[in-house]
Amino acid sequence: MVTRLAALAGAVPDPELPMVTLADLGVLRSVRRGHEEGPVVVELAPTWLGCPAVETMAEDIRRTLRAHGVPEVTVRTVLDPPWRTDDITAEGRRKLAAAGIAPPRAGGPVFVGLPAPPVPCPRCGSTDTTVLSRFSGTLCRALRRCAACREPFDHMKER
Amino acid sequence: MTAPALTESEREAALALGDDALILSHRLAEWAGHAPVLEEEVALANLALDLLGQARALLSLAGDEDELAFRRDARDFRNLQLVEQPNGDFAHTVVRQLFHATWQELLYAQLAAGGGPFAAIAAHAAPETRYHRDHAVTWTLRLGDGTAESHARTGRAVRALWRFTGELFEPVPGLAGTDPGGLRAAWTERVTETLRAATLPVPEAPPPPTAWSAGGGRRGIHTEPFGRLLAEMQHLHRSHPGAAW
Repeated sequence: MVTRLAALAGAVPDPELPMVTLADLGVLRSVRRGHEEGPVVVELAPTWLGCPAVETMAEDIRRTLRAHGVPEVTVRTVLDPPWRTDDITAEGRRKLAAAGIAPPRAGGPVFVGLPAPPVPCPRCGSTDTTVLSRFSGTLCRALRRCAACREPFDHMKER
Repeated sequence: MTAPALTESEREAALALGDDALILSHRLAEWAGHAPVLEEEVALANLALDLLGQARALLSLAGDEDELAFRRDARDFRNLQLVEQPNGDFAHTVVRQLFHATWQELLYAQLAAGGGPFAAIAAHAAPETRYHRDHAVTWTLRLGDGTAESHARTGRAVRALWRFTGELFEPVPGLAGTDPGGLRAAWTERVTETLRAATLPVPEAPPPPTAWSAGGGRRGIHTEPFGRLLAEMQHLHRSHPGAAW
């Protein structure tokens, strides 16, 4: 039963990146139910601390579970351990790339002056890409440009 | 979020760090519509939103976030005087970011390792502060080692804001396990390295806590521009108590 509820909550799409689910992103930490028919407690990890999508995610989880017959749902935000881009599943990475967003590189943040593995262009696959800005339309993304196909693209930045 | 019970000094510390994040977030948000290029418009808004996320988490440890943000008067705010300083030109904002983000990254690393009531928030925000420093360092290098005009403006900003840096290293009683001396040494080293690389003159090390320097923000003493910042930040909530989106 709880497995089914976890699958339902995990299938909720991200409000800002609807091509990936909460399970793909690795933000769903646990779904618990003390007893059959009892209240359900969902633990959700925020991605970036200021990300306004967290509140929408919580509301979407509550609405989904209520629609499947759970009358009382509590969504708790948990910070510990902090969410990392390495928590995104292989499936999540594939879906991001397919939607034109370069997935984060494994291993965490990469900064100026440090050797960095390339970020391949999600459109043409060229590794000849450069950072235009470390900040883009949402907190979790950076803006890059591909020198081969000349297209700008978003890159989910590592953390 | 489940809030651990705080001692009175820890609550003061939550206000100090939460107010730093809130007030700097507000200052950065003032750039909306005024940034020099579109990418910076987006970058400054991102920095502001990261800080607002920290502010909400920290102030929620101390009480009701909205009540604390919108219903306190200037003397009840515990933020550093550095973060309330007006934006000035873009170089001025970049240097304020350099001083603050370098300090915050080091402090949050200490807090995350210390295991106290702020460890989880600090650990979560740590990679964000690293991006903030990266942004500030990149621009300091570009402006300092840029044109004669950008060099002069950045040097002016360093001189104007330096006097607010001594306050960064005043011990905050509720932040047990942090090491203000170590923080000061590491901060001075990093900032010095960046200023040198940016061909900017490096002022003398920040004044020791025993010498006079600007400060008092942690005790509720603020500089003149702070009242106008609060008026803008709070007027909507105070004019329409209880209003919601």
